[in-house]
Amino acid sequence: MLAVATCGLIYELIAGTLASYLLGDSVTQFSLVIGVYLSALGVGAWFSQYLHKALGRTFIEVELALALVGGLSAPLLFVSFAFVQWFQLVLFGTVFVIGTLVGLELPLLMRILKEHLDFSDLVSRVLTFDYIGALLASLLFPVLLVPYLGLMRTSLVFGVLNALVGLWGTYLLRPLLTKRGLAGLRGRAFLVVGLLVVGIIKADTLTTWTEEIILGKAVVHAKQTRFQRIVVTNNRQGFQLYLNGHLQFNSVDEYRYHEALVHPAILLAKTPKRVLVLGGGDGLAVREILKHDGVESVTLVDIDPGMTEIATQLPLLRGLNEESLMDEKVTVINTDAFLWVGQEQEPFDAVVIDFPDPGSYSVGKLYTTFFYRRLKQIISPDAVVSIQCTSPLVAGQSYWCILRTMEEAGFKVRPYCTAVPTFGIWGFALASPQNDLVVPEQLGQLEQELSFLNDSILANLFELPRDIQPIETEINQLNNQVLVRYYDEEWRGQE
Amino acid sequence: MAKSENLSRRQLLTALLGGQFAHSVGCGRSTLPPAGELSHTRFDLGHLLRDGVEKSVSPDAYKDVGVTIVGGGIAGLAAAWRFKRAGFDDFVLAELEENPGGTARGGRRNGFKFPWGAHYIPVPMPENQALIQLLSEMQVIEGLSEDGRPVVSEQFLCREPEERVFNDGQWYEGLYPSHGASEEDLLQLAAFRAEMDRWAEMRDASGRRMFAIPMELGSDDESVRKLDQMSMEQWLNERGWNSPRLRWLVDYSCRDDYGLPPDRVSAWAGVFYFAARIARAGQESQEVITWPEGNGRVVDYLKDVADDQIQTGLGVFEVKAGTNTELAQVAALDTKTRRPVGYRSEQVVFAAPQMMAKYLIHGFSESGRDSTGFRYGSWLVANVHVKERPENAGFPMAWDNVIRDSRSLGYVTATHQSGVDHGPTVLTWYYPFADVDAVITRKQMLNLKWADWVDVVLTDLRRAHPDIDALVTRVDVMCWGHAMVQPLPGFVWSPEREQASRPLGPIHFAGTDLSGVALLEEAFFHGVRAAEEILAVRGILDQPLVDIRNG
Ligand SMILES: Cc1cc2nc3c(=O)[nH]c(=O)nc-3n(C[C@H](O)[C@H](O)[C@H](O)COP(=O)(O)OP(=O)(O)OC[C@H]3O[C@@H](n4cnc5c(N)ncnc54)[C@H](O)[C@@H]3O)c2cc1C
Repeated sequence: MLAVATCGLIYELIAGTLASYLLGDSVTQFSLVIGVYLSALGVGAWFSQYLHKALGRTFIEVELALALVGGLSAPLLFVSFAFVQWFQLVLFGTVFVIGTLVGLELPLLMRILKEHLDFSDLVSRVLTFDYIGALLASLLFPVLLVPYLGLMRTSLVFGVLNALVGLWGTYLLRPLLTKRGLAGLRGRAFLVVGLLVVGIIKADTLTTWTEEIILGKAVVHAKQTRFQRIVVTNNRQGFQLYLNGHLQFNSVDEYRYHEALVHPAILLAKTPKRVLVLGGGDGLAVREILKHDGVESVTLVDIDPGMTEIATQLPLLRGLNEESLMDEKVTVINTDAFLWVGQEQEPFDAVVIDFPDPGSYSVGKLYTTFFYRRLKQIISPDAVVSIQCTSPLVAGQSYWCILRTMEEAGFKVRPYCTAVPTFGIWGFALASPQNDLVVPEQLGQLEQELSFLNDSILANLFELPRDIQPIETEINQLNNQVLVRYYDEEWRGQE
Repeated sequence: MAKSENLSRRQLLTALLGGQFAHSVGCGRSTLPPAGELSHTRFDLGHLLRDGVEKSVSPDAYKDVGVTIVGGGIAGLAAAWRFKRAGFDDFVLAELEENPGGTARGGRRNGFKFPWGAHYIPVPMPENQALIQLLSEMQVIEGLSEDGRPVVSEQFLCREPEERVFNDGQWYEGLYPSHGASEEDLLQLAAFRAEMDRWAEMRDASGRRMFAIPMELGSDDESVRKLDQMSMEQWLNERGWNSPRLRWLVDYSCRDDYGLPPDRVSAWAGVFYFAARIARAGQESQEVITWPEGNGRVVDYLKDVADDQIQTGLGVFEVKAGTNTELAQVAALDTKTRRPVGYRSEQVVFAAPQMMAKYLIHGFSESGRDSTGFRYGSWLVANVHVKERPENAGFPMAWDNVIRDSRSLGYVTATHQSGVDHGPTVLTWYYPFADVDAVITRKQMLNLKWADWVDVVLTDLRRAHPDIDALVTRVDVMCWGHAMVQPLPGFVWSPEREQASRPLGPIHFAGTDLSGVALLEEAFFHGVRAAEEILAVRGILDQPLVDIRNG
């Protein structure tokens, strides 16, 4: 019996997954969806007592309605996210309708069973079918369905299954139905199946179309790697790279970010021969590093081979990074930097840390005292490290937490920031075990190769405005990961 | 009356995992993973001895050695460590299994390390000097804070996220299923916590904590002894705490630490679990120390210290105390050559489970000792190798991953502590035979094959990870028969238990079971204590690490 509800449960799973995909990986989304679903179940069950007539027919109608609403739920939610302001309303509305219908389903069946004992055998066959189907489906859901079909098609396929159950019901419950009603029901069942099948065929077009609408740009490249979903979009002004839906750069103004990230550190390092880049698989930081003639080798450690592959193969990106990753001075290593820094290395003279923001625990570990202490062991005492540390204006706690954590790990630090129109005010820091971090006043020859920095802007980076001043924070450690919590609180609802 | 020795699949799943699993039977057996094996502990040396091997050691075949340690679990290894610290190495340690470590052993395979049993230690409080000493030597503790608390190196403290719970089809952060909790649930949780804080803060007339680890350092006041007279369930009932979520938390904790449901756990042990880990009222529980191979790390360290003295594959079958003029004699069977060997020593550390004492120690029962109150529960541990992380609904994978409506304890992720968050890993799945005695007999259990166990493990995991079957590359299963002492009501403060740690002539006892609760700290304490008793007798005790209660 429990199984009748399983199909509904899967729609709810889809809605939950979609909600957290679209609205952020927050647990709250799931909880809300489940809450609404559970209360709707109750409403459905309560409502069922007011249904007295034509039980067989009502049951099949409910089944078909469920097929339609449930089946179309993913496409509906995707599209409405792109178009409507009050997406949450649509989300919870849909979940509520599904919940109510599922809530109706079971009591109705029970009543049919009770009032027409002679059908009990048939009905239990319907049930068994529904049950086995649901069980099978729930096993297949994450293994085959989501990876191969995607959420959109999965929801549609379930709709079809549900409609087929309804259709089968018209045969099994035949004696309970009037002749006219029967034709109508079957007609509608076929219609629903047809509609959903069209949806299945068109699902891909729909996905790309909505993704483009959501991002507001044309998707030129999309790839799901083991670590993240990489999407490259294009519009009139330039192109953009998204990792898991978070914008990484916009070709229009990325030079501001990368010049600010790279040059102060390299200029400061006494003899920047061996340079390490952590993260930065797009090759843009390396492009800036290679502008310094003294650099003899660059080692780039990025977890995702999918990312560095795009950086070397996708013409748009290869053009932007000036084929930096293919330069003979550059070695690319695809592994988790957390593990890599624990290995013995010849000391580096400068390090550029360009990790994604600390939005998850698996990235948060790269911002801990433990990580920085390990890093300290593979650099020379007067090496200079520069690091991107999210926006100090939006996420002050996060920003200063990163700096305090580096200090705790034995680094001197110097905060600085700049404006990157696409991102807003962005924060960085210089850090070193022993270097006194006094930034040179002159860019010299280098200036001709730059698009953003000049001598006075370089000095200005280190002038902190009044609204960006140090605040007390805790220290980020593996066993507390406070940074991930700060970041989650500060950025929630900002993006 | 006799139950059939073979269970149907439905009976097995229902007995072990609960009624809701009767449904999974319909859709066929799990496809078996490509590889894996089932192991049993060799605790029942009986088999070997019954096989008619030579059991007498000729008098001149005994080797002379100052001390013989029987059993190489944490307790026996701790005694060896303590001897070495005192510069005493005229001893031998006889361990039945091929590897020392007992229930704290870890394993390794395909580049992964994982636990087979015990997997963590809460950060010790300042009073646990012996353990602080060990962990400092291991460079796990870096130093002491100003107020004397040990400072643990960051990489050994359990990395966040520590725990998550699977509830209503989703994973949530933390262990307490707070999602959907009612106001009443939360009130009861707060009251429960306040009560534990109260116990943590209270001191007895001698200034001791009411609950300390090791328990020997805590109070033996009437107020704590009284708790032992009822079950944890009765204790909750008395306070009117009926919140299903709180009940679940307590139920989970009892099964997790003691392998028993709350109606069979002494309320003393139930409160001990929580209160002994709270340093001061209002503070979080002590953080936990862990390694990819669990407490196997401690085993390996201790093993290296006494490598020359450890003899594995030696099942002791007889311990004779000797007389005033005669030395104690320990006879053991070499499980490889099937030949008996013997050691003659001045003292013996008996660090095998107490339940064996009456079979192994000559005249044990005649001496007035009684160990029938020592009961032990069985456990199943499976190491599930996966080639990819399973799909995830909700909160990301944590160190400890608990499924709320399951009789299992969920699993620990072996790569969590090394910071490996992607790709293949090993999930160590725990199952205590908490309340299955009624539905499945020991014989039926022993009849089960590897495939049966794999079915149980995967059926349980599947509900949180429906894609698990496609990811599993190997499942190794370990059946721990009678491996964990049970703090049944009345046992912890029974005269029987209190008496068990006192020496019997030259035989000194060690083992976590002497405390009535199974913890590395307790095993370690008793090992060190037994060694110090012997060092004192031999007149070579330097600086004692443990303070032994008088009487
Ligand atoms: C599944 C499981 C999980 C656990 N998890 C934890 C945890 O997370 N944290 C924690 O603190 N504790 C945990 N424990 C308890 C912990 O393992 C014990 O408290 C501690 O390690 C026990 O050490 P011991 O030396 O007293 O006994 P044992 O580990 O039982 O060691 C006894 C040793 O004696 C040997 N032996 C027995 N008979 C003979 C004989 N005749 N001759 C020679 N040798 C013999 C055995 O082979 C064994 O090696 C767990 C226990 C189990 C079973």
